[in-house]
Amino acid sequence: MIRDITIGQYYPADSVIHRLDPRTKLVGTLVFIVSLFLFKSFAAYVVATVFLAGVIKASKVPFKFMVKGLKAIMVLLMITVVFNLFLIPGTPLVKIWKLTITREGLETAVFMAIRLTYLIIGSSVMTLTTTPNQLTDGMEKGLRPLNKIHVPVHDIAMMMSIALRFIPILLEETDKIMKAQMARGADFESGGIIQKAKSMVPLLVPLFISAFRRANDLAMAMEARGYHGGEGRTKMKPLHYEKRDHAAYIIMAVYLFAMFAAKKIAGF
Amino acid sequence: MAIKIEHLSYVYGEGTAYEKKALDDINLEIHDGQFIGIIGHTGSGKSTLIQHLNGLVKATSGCVYYNGQSIYAEGYSMKELRSKVGIVFQYPEYQLFEVDVFTDVCFGPKNLGLSKEETEKRAYEALQQVGLKEKYYKKSPFELSGGQKRRAAIAGILAMQPEVLILDEPTAGLDPRGRDTILDQIAKLHRERGITVVLVSHSMEDIARYVDRIIVMDKGHVRFDGVPREVFEHYQELEKIGLAAPQVTYVMQELKRRGIVSDSTATTVEEAKNAILAALGNRGRMETEHD
Amino acid sequence: MGIIEARKLIHDYQKIGEDGKVEASYRAVDGVDLDVQPGQFIAVLGHNGSGKSTLAKHLNAILVPTGGTVFVDGMDTKDAEKLNRIRQTAGMVFQNPDNQIVGTVVDEDVGFGPENMGVPTEEIIKRVEESLKTVGMWEYRDHSPNRLSGGQKQRVAIAGVMAMEPKCIVFDEPTAMLDPVGRKEVIRAAQKLNREKNVTIILITHYMEEVIEADRVIVMDQGKILMQGTPREVFSRVEELKEHRLDVPQVTMLAHELKKSGLDIPEGILTVKELADAVERISEQEQKNGN
Repeated sequence: MIRDITIGQYYPADSVIHRLDPRTKLVGTLVFIVSLFLFKSFAAYVVATVFLAGVIKASKVPFKFMVKGLKAIMVLLMITVVFNLFLIPGTPLVKIWKLTITREGLETAVFMAIRLTYLIIGSSVMTLTTTPNQLTDGMEKGLRPLNKIHVPVHDIAMMMSIALRFIPILLEETDKIMKAQMARGADFESGGIIQKAKSMVPLLVPLFISAFRRANDLAMAMEARGYHGGEGRTKMKPLHYEKRDHAAYIIMAVYLFAMFAAKKIAGF
Repeated sequence: MAIKIEHLSYVYGEGTAYEKKALDDINLEIHDGQFIGIIGHTGSGKSTLIQHLNGLVKATSGCVYYNGQSIYAEGYSMKELRSKVGIVFQYPEYQLFEVDVFTDVCFGPKNLGLSKEETEKRAYEALQQVGLKEKYYKKSPFELSGGQKRRAAIAGILAMQPEVLILDEPTAGLDPRGRDTILDQIAKLHRERGITVVLVSHSMEDIARYVDRIIVMDKGHVRFDGVPREVFEHYQELEKIGLAAPQVTYVMQELKRRGIVSDSTATTVEEAKNAILAALGNRGRMETEHD
Repeated sequence: MGIIEARKLIHDYQKIGEDGKVEASYRAVDGVDLDVQPGQFIAVLGHNGSGKSTLAKHLNAILVPTGGTVFVDGMDTKDAEKLNRIRQTAGMVFQNPDNQIVGTVVDEDVGFGPENMGVPTEEIIKRVEESLKTVGMWEYRDHSPNRLSGGQKQRVAIAGVMAMEPKCIVFDEPTAMLDPVGRKEVIRAAQKLNREKNVTIILITHYMEEVIEADRVIVMDQGKILMQGTPREVFSRVEELKEHRLDVPQVTMLAHELKKSGLDIPEGILTVKELADAVERISEQEQKNGN
């Protein structure tokens, strides 16, 4: 169950999308998400669907990995849809008991569902095709100008990358400690909210101690491997834009124009 | 009969990309008072198997019976089962969380809903059983040495007074001294209290020294099940599945190959010594008689 | 001059009270002299708390001496200016494989050390490839470390240190958390580095079977060197080792027991073959005498 979470799950494959500069992918994801909110029309969403499908195809990542991230937000998605469906006033379409589905409600709900789904899939494409290190590298380089105003960009990027490395380890550890305490008769499920909060102590205390121990070990190991901050570091995989990145930016521009045109011309 | 496992299968991560059959049609009986060793390569399913025995993991198919009752029956109390079948996990000291050792050991019995007096009595007894000195009882668990922490954590399970005690590599990461202390205390519990012990270990030497039955797991199946002498006879098959026999077994096999001993089933230093002495002595005598 | 030299090394751990004064002090290493020549394979044995890990942390300046001096390739570890060069000369592999891997992809982790040293990109790529090939992990270069086995993770950690091209690598109980297969993988990788790349190895462990191929074994107890010599010399002193509750390999123990029973077997037997040969000789002798 815990392993299903897709955060930081890189899917190794050799594809054009994998080889793109992480900055290109970051910008691309941003452009895609913004476009979904900017051009709210069915015609535009058809363009978005084609674009997304094309990128997924090019990424060589099996589709089922893309939708895995959706599971986590399913509940949120359902709630949003239901709320929009029933609570937006307008032309009534169907009446079920005291609830009315309106044309406007249905429209908004569908748009909302598509938007959220695409948003998740779009970001999944990025995280599945980019190693967390590349991602943080991309951010580090992309945000480098902020160094001038004393934002510790390197340190933030390093922290993020370490966090991503240790999230799965700590999740597994949570599972282990939980089982160990259950073997001692601990009950994590029943009881009221206070009882539940109290029952978390035997889980959280060991988890924190373990996290600190790991942090301590890791700091020592990093020091032993000569880490002394961002100063004077070189890169094993330095970032520089290639032809394919320029091509990608052009495709993005074309996509944005197509979205714009679709909305204007088709108009619905 | 304490535990009976029938056609037990467990599929891990069903329906995901990582789907894996961790256990495949396991049939086993664990009798009262046995001292059992479970060996198997990492990923052979041994850890998953023991977690079925107190209901922490539910079988995909098949059944586990404790004292004749199905633990999957409606209304069966998992809490009670977990007090009867105690599991000490790997690196159990990482589960310690209370302000002092004594309070931590009380956690188990307290969860069983016992009175304060009974809880404390049991905690005290358990700490005695693992041989931890009284001066440590009121100390923070984090002030103890590695071996002491490990013993305190084992006491946390013993305080629930289980009938079956399962230990998953209780000596991992300990030095020889810490290892011997813990294994000797477990053997003593088994001897004096008649408690059933299941020991999961990577050390064939330890297994050979303490247990009277070995279950060998491989790829979710039980590969061998028998007394140490029988199981270690199959040392070549054991090697193929990432295991080995105790070093003395190899000595005895080599001596048998060279025609010096005829019985190569010794699994401990003591047994091997006697077997070699007997073989050399006998031959000497036989030669003399021949003359 | 040796690659590593310690002169009367003393290390005290101090507990500082809230008022900033020293409340308690504990001497972990007590006057240790050490001289390691380039290309040697040194094994350090001892219980937890014997000071062996503290000693290890002095060898690449994670700790600095309370008393005495440590030289790494002629550099005094107290000299803060040489810190980076010292760490580059003496690399370190730690016990917990999870807690020393920084990268989220295998090759990126191996590149971490050289990146810190400011090695040019093409050179890093070359070193990463060579290191991963040496430890046999090249085909896992684009995997996440999380799904590797313990032995594989530890080999990645070794490659990460190797990529810094140190003259010496200190292994601080690298196998304590591994299963027997993983332990073998790690020891083989260390031996390979020693033989093929002439890297000086200092291996800290409490598994006796890992040290029998070392050039020199050092046994530590209570912060001091208890004994040192070739594996054969050290393991000839079975009674002394047993007194300190240290292990000896099972064959060595069996040989020792047989000798005590009156058989003419040399002390310090280390392998199955040696023992079988010795027993065979006795057997032949008896046959001759018999005739």
